Amino acid sequence: MSDDLLDSPGRRRALGCLAAGGAGTLFVLAGGIFTPLDLAAAAADPERTGRLGRPLFVQLSDTHIGFNKEANPDVNATLTRAIDLINAMPQAPALVIHTGDITHLSRPAEFDLAQQLFSRIKAGEMHTVPGEHDTSDATVSEYFSRFGKASNNKGYYSFDHAGVHFIALVNVLQFKPGGLGTLGADQLEWVEDDLKRRSASTPIVVFAHMPLWSVYEPWGWGTGDAPQLLAYLRRFGSVTVLNGHIHQIVQKVEGNVTFHTARSTAYPQPAAGVGEGPGPLKVPADQLAGVLGISRVSLARHPLALALTDRTLA
Amino acid sequence: MRAVKFLAVAFLGSLFAAGAGAADEGTIQVSAKSFMFTPASITVKAGTTVTWVNLDDEPHTVFSDAGLFRSSALDTNERFSFKFEKAGTYHYLCTIHPRMLGTVVVE
Repeated sequence: MSDDLLDSPGRRRALGCLAAGGAGTLFVLAGGIFTPLDLAAAAADPERTGRLGRPLFVQLSDTHIGFNKEANPDVNATLTRAIDLINAMPQAPALVIHTGDITHLSRPAEFDLAQQLFSRIKAGEMHTVPGEHDTSDATVSEYFSRFGKASNNKGYYSFDHAGVHFIALVNVLQFKPGGLGTLGADQLEWVEDDLKRRSASTPIVVFAHMPLWSVYEPWGWGTGDAPQLLAYLRRFGSVTVLNGHIHQIVQKVEGNVTFHTARSTAYPQPAAGVGEGPGPLKVPADQLAGVLGISRVSLARHPLALALTDRTLA
Repeated sequence: MRAVKFLAVAFLGSLFAAGAGAADEGTIQVSAKSFMFTPASITVKAGTTVTWVNLDDEPHTVFSDAGLFRSSALDTNERFSFKFEKAGTYHYLCTIHPRMLGTVVVE
């Protein structure tokens, strides 16, 4: 654990500011492989961050603008702190990727406020996918009227940046009783075609809101037809799969595919299966830091694998 | 395309709600609480209005599998109502938590 980023005084200050929410994840690229770093940690020690690779994009997730209950009465402030960390980076990230649940209730005022907050982000481009909270208006139109252009209102699209192929997928529009997310035949066919034209050495980043692997099926924390997607991805040498939805970090490595779920900037959720359902986790204010936690990511080589260790803020 | 479909659904829904069909048979309440619809299954007479109320801290929606009705996200204590005019069995779920299932049987 020589790359332990936890112990610098600057990092401790940054983490102290984030006691009410996770910040985001910075992905640095080195040798075609992405390494995820806690944004607060990366911001606290940019020199070390630079040594780990090229900071390419930041993942934000589950900002839930509009949420105002006990688990975090000020989600605007915690998102603003995450944005401040991005903006303080010595080299602005090329991209910011938001993995959904921008808003809490899909209301126009929530989307407007979110866009207003996002407009402060100093980054090359912002890319989004919707979460089920963003598509919960009766007409499913508020998200698409603001963010639908990139995908011609389909929700899924791809783009290239710095030799990396990014694929944005939507798994919150088709509902199967029982609860898993669904990509659907049309989208899977599109992905298959999109990937056909890429060489196996192209680093691939796939992002969607709900997990693209089964984290906990009883709560719908997975995507029923994701195995078909993973079959298309198997021939690639470097695949990074990102999602949000579960408001906590869970990670898995399967061959050349690394799966990461992100924390929320808004509020934590219980661990899989703990309690009656995946709602906001309420804890006494003096215990909040201990429940939210942070994660450190260290890099091991040959075979290259990411090791991620949870540590609380307390 | 999607927007058109849902607009059409909303239009149909308003037709049913305003329908001159069955007589008014009053209102029955179903709550969304602890990630469950309670009662999960109800049997009502044609002309009954069902009102769903969300008693959780987490938002829920009410979405008819057959496209008959679809609520917006209901925050804590918010309500959604739909008047059932025609006999049949209507299944619904919460789009935010699709393991939450319910049924309305209209006689």
